[in-house]
Amino acid sequence: MKILVCISHVPDTTSKINFIEDDSKFDSNGVQFVINPNDEFGLTRAMWFKEKQNATIDVVSVGGPETEPTLRKALAIGADAAIRVNASTPDGYSVATHLTEVARKGNYDLIIAGRESIDYNGGMVPGMLAAMLDANFVTNCISLEVEGTTAIAIREIDGGKEILSTVLPLVIGGQKGLVEESDLRIPNMRGIMMARKKPLTVVAPESDNSATNSVSFEKPAARGAVKLVEADNIDELINLLHNEAKVI
Amino acid sequence: MSVLVYTESDQGNFKKAALEAASYGKAIADAMGTTLTALTFKANDVSKLGDYGVDKVLNIDSVNDFNAKIYADAIKKAAENESATVVVLSASADSKYIAPLLAVGLNAGYVPNVVATPSNLNPFTVKRTAFTNKAFCNTEISTPIKIVGVSNNSFGIVEKDAAAQIEAFAPDLTTSSTSVTSIDKANDKVTIADAEVVVSAGRGLKGPENWAMIEELADILGAATACSKPVSDLGWRPHSEHVGQTGKPVATNLYIAIGISGAIQHLAGINASKVKVVINTDPDAPFFKAADYGIVGDAFEVVPKLIEKLKVFKAQNA
Ligand SMILES: Cc1cc2nc3c(=O)[nH]c(=O)nc-3n(C[C@H](O)[C@H](O)[C@H](O)COP(=O)(O)OP(=O)(O)OC[C@H]3O[C@@H](n4cnc5c(N)ncnc54)[C@H](O)[C@@H]3O)c2cc1C
Ligand SMILES: Nc1ncnc2c1ncn2[C@@H]1O[C@H](COP(=O)(O)O)[C@@H](O)[C@H]1O
Repeated sequence: MKILVCISHVPDTTSKINFIEDDSKFDSNGVQFVINPNDEFGLTRAMWFKEKQNATIDVVSVGGPETEPTLRKALAIGADAAIRVNASTPDGYSVATHLTEVARKGNYDLIIAGRESIDYNGGMVPGMLAAMLDANFVTNCISLEVEGTTAIAIREIDGGKEILSTVLPLVIGGQKGLVEESDLRIPNMRGIMMARKKPLTVVAPESDNSATNSVSFEKPAARGAVKLVEADNIDELINLLHNEAKVI
Repeated sequence: MSVLVYTESDQGNFKKAALEAASYGKAIADAMGTTLTALTFKANDVSKLGDYGVDKVLNIDSVNDFNAKIYADAIKKAAENESATVVVLSASADSKYIAPLLAVGLNAGYVPNVVATPSNLNPFTVKRTAFTNKAFCNTEISTPIKIVGVSNNSFGIVEKDAAAQIEAFAPDLTTSSTSVTSIDKANDKVTIADAEVVVSAGRGLKGPENWAMIEELADILGAATACSKPVSDLGWRPHSEHVGQTGKPVATNLYIAIGISGAIQHLAGINASKVKVVINTDPDAPFFKAADYGIVGDAFEVVPKLIEKLKVFKAQNA
């Protein structure tokens, strides 16, 4: 089985978010970038397929040279080869277009992406990629088994989950559950050394196809100070929630 | 030109998020000087949509189970049928599953997590959350057809006094090799996605055996229950309750956090909630800085008292 894992390179979850150039651009100064958490769950599940079912794993990221350390980390975790599409990423539509180019050439059986990236929270790239490839698609995927060309996936739905039966080629939007937190791997020295020798191919984008454009950013308004209520004065809390906040 | 809204139903009943999406769609249709059409699948009482500003309903009766690809195809065909230039969806799990497929089908730009009506129609500009609620982003959609995903509880439900014209709709639909083999869903529980109130608890509760009071509190408030990430990682609560930057987003009217410290990743995911109440023994817990109301106190004393007082309050205000 040939697997492609899509990796988005995002600010670490502890990052403070700031903007520059009249609030038109994200300020990456001092920000640590990591593999998008949902993609890390996906990559770890891909490693299971590699170790148990002899799958091969390519990882891909659309972005500038700054994404290469993130791809190297994926190689150190155990992916076999990495591809970087050297393009700017104005929106999910254009990212999906570039990933489609890579996916067509590689003829993958399974494409694992994340449910959403924690930067723009688009939750759109995997679905768009599936539609562009005319492949099957399952998002919010919390479990995946593949046997031959059939796949059984579990999708989280509002208030529960459902089991889906589908066939390859398949694109998933994965999340925690695909593997557990405790299954995530920290690259070891050997992995890091081997990653240096693994291929990281840079390809040029074939076309651009963006549909939206982020014009400006705003930070949420600063909030007022918390109103503290004494622990033995619950009536006051209920009064505030009822009469002031009007939420109960 | 028209606006199309996909009004999602669950066992035939419209979801609250669908009525909010319709209200939002009506506001855009009014601004554009056009009409609002709703697409529904096997919904009961479709005429009710008129109360939320829908002018016309296309009702599909022939589709069986939910299938994202087939539903996306149906919405595409409805959009073509209505010459829609704006398509509105909610933020439910199913709508977020459909939206990117629909975007490719219609060659349309899609913006999810939108919190307000367009600030401008030309260029079409909407405000959305980004960086998991740490910021907002004003986004232009440049394609002829625009798809907007409305965030829960961002616009609200607006009632109108109007009547909708109802039409059966039976387009030829695509097929799919994906099928649902089983569904496991608690129908008697409020979901985090649909809830107006969420009661959430963290590691401060010490162990899974202490969740009875959290569930009782949620029950009285008609709330959904949620938890912090370590609580789900420890297996005290199901993963589906994990909220935050790497869990489910929460955008409710009231969020009550009990024994949760308020780490940046937790706050990011729940920040869009309107009113936040924190109960924590530690007055320096970061959550107090992000909350509207707080009680410095022991959950094991405060929560049972809160339950008793709320019961009295509910009885008086019933
Ligand atoms: C990549 C990454 C992603 C993450 N994503 C998320 C996420 O999506 N969601 C999330 O929640 N976390 C996330 N985290 C984890 C986050 O950093 C915190 O570790 C976590 O939120 C802490 O959970 P907690 O508040 O339940 O526990 P703790 O931090 O242990 O806090 C427990 C709190 O309970 C209080 N307490 C103790 N006893 C009582 C009592 N009797 N009564 C009342 N209060 C009491 C304590 O004062 C304390 O403030 C993420 C972390 C990383 C690294
Ligand atoms: N620039 C990118 N390069 C590669 N994969 C991406 C990129 N952006 C998004 N993805 C993939 O698509 C998923 C969802 O991203 P998004 O639609 O941006 O929320 C991510 O978890 C990644 O797997």
